Amino acid sequence: MTEQDIRRAYIEELVAVAPDIDPDTVGETDHLQDDLGLDSMDVLNLVTALHERLGVDIPEADYPQIATAKRAVVYLAARIG
Amino acid sequence: MGVFTMPSLGADMEAGTLVEWLVKPGDEVHRGDVLAVVETQKGAIEIECFEEGRVQELQADIGAKLPVGAPLALIVADGEPAPQEPAAAEPEPAPQEPEPAEPEPVEPAPAIAPVQVTEAPAAVPVAPSAGFPVPPVTAPPPSGALAVSPAARVAAKEKGIDLRTVKGTGPGGAILLKDLDAEPAPKPVPKASPQDEMRKAIAAAMTRAKQTIPHFYLSETIDIDPALAWLARRNESSPPAERVLPGALFVRAAAVAASKVSGMNGHFTDGAFRPSSRVNAGVAVALRGGGLVAPAVMGAEAMSVDDIMQAMRDLVVRARAGRLRSSEMTEGTITISSLGESGAEAMTGVIFPPQVALVGLGAPKLRPWVVDGAVVPRTVITLTLSADHRVSDGRQAARFIAEFKSQIASPEAL
Repeated sequence: MTEQDIRRAYIEELVAVAPDIDPDTVGETDHLQDDLGLDSMDVLNLVTALHERLGVDIPEADYPQIATAKRAVVYLAARIG
Repeated sequence: MGVFTMPSLGADMEAGTLVEWLVKPGDEVHRGDVLAVVETQKGAIEIECFEEGRVQELQADIGAKLPVGAPLALIVADGEPAPQEPAAAEPEPAPQEPEPAEPEPVEPAPAIAPVQVTEAPAAVPVAPSAGFPVPPVTAPPPSGALAVSPAARVAAKEKGIDLRTVKGTGPGGAILLKDLDAEPAPKPVPKASPQDEMRKAIAAAMTRAKQTIPHFYLSETIDIDPALAWLARRNESSPPAERVLPGALFVRAAAVAASKVSGMNGHFTDGAFRPSSRVNAGVAVALRGGGLVAPAVMGAEAMSVDDIMQAMRDLVVRARAGRLRSSEMTEGTITISSLGESGAEAMTGVIFPPQVALVGLGAPKLRPWVVDGAVVPRTVITLTLSADHRVSDGRQAARFIAEFKSQIASPEAL
């Protein structure tokens, strides 16, 4: 799975959780909670969706590692690899 | 035989627009089945049935805006003879408001529809929306229509920008949000946005609450470190789908407390308090576009923390997608409103009529705290109970808070 695939999966699941977000406008360093306005339930739903889609079980302590698209791609790529 | 009517989804609702039928004549229906979807000021709500039987006739058309109480469908019990002429047997249906020429949410009007929204006079009333159909924001663009990102479509609708006049810079010439920035602000559009409608509904309900309910308030700051430590241990060994958030613990604790202090749980209607044996815990969900809804976790007093967590996840997902049910919107017996992990440390909330209490929870804060005679850092939350003085007084409110606190102190028992 390439980094592009991972990024696409992340953005698709993000938009599924928060349907009003325009995927074209999500910046690499936009923060899930501070910039995109997700609440804790949305974050958990995103973590659950990524677990189901990529098979990566993200523990609570690692939630900051997926708080932006940029960080998430690095973190998920390492966990998938 | 029963008539399925437009329900009141809150004391301030006067009308709703039928946007979808989920049954057709001849279908068997049971109590609690969702028969239709109605667009209200609080978004799209799934309307449940209170009858058992078979759908004899659908009496309302999609796109019709109908007053509360207007007949939607005729339901005949099994074995009951179908009326020969249902139209003659029934009272005159309530008058329907003029229908839009194109039912908005159902039949996506192409974005290229020949409309001149910006030239409509500013004083045009909201109701006759015939003449400027607006495509629903979530519908895929029909073939031949303009390619527009969802956010740009919403923004253009809000600002009244004619998308045909906008030059898109996205893939294939798609119009993006930033392309709208170059557009001069047009004259205000007379049609209120869904956010405006929701704000009006909230304003009406909260004004009525403050004018009719003699609120009083009790507060206490509670050490939640033991609960958080218990949750962290529990979640460490759970896959994401089974993890529990602190909010579910708080709702569980409030439900247990509400089941023990009846003056906090029920409805005040027609001049009298009607306590409820069930606890339908309304959970305030902030909507991303602004506004909030408080659908209820039904029967929360009998649910485990895990059950409540699953129910809350389901409510949040459906609130985001505009798929809440009528019973969830009207049968809440107490509301829990939480500021989440970040934000102010306390909230004094307004009771949601006809309920008689609201639990306001501030964001968790790290504070110096005295434990066994020593000052230690602890994560605390401040609970503020808003209660109705027509129904209860300070003693009952204090009992509720004490009960909540003791539940949170021993989360494993929840």
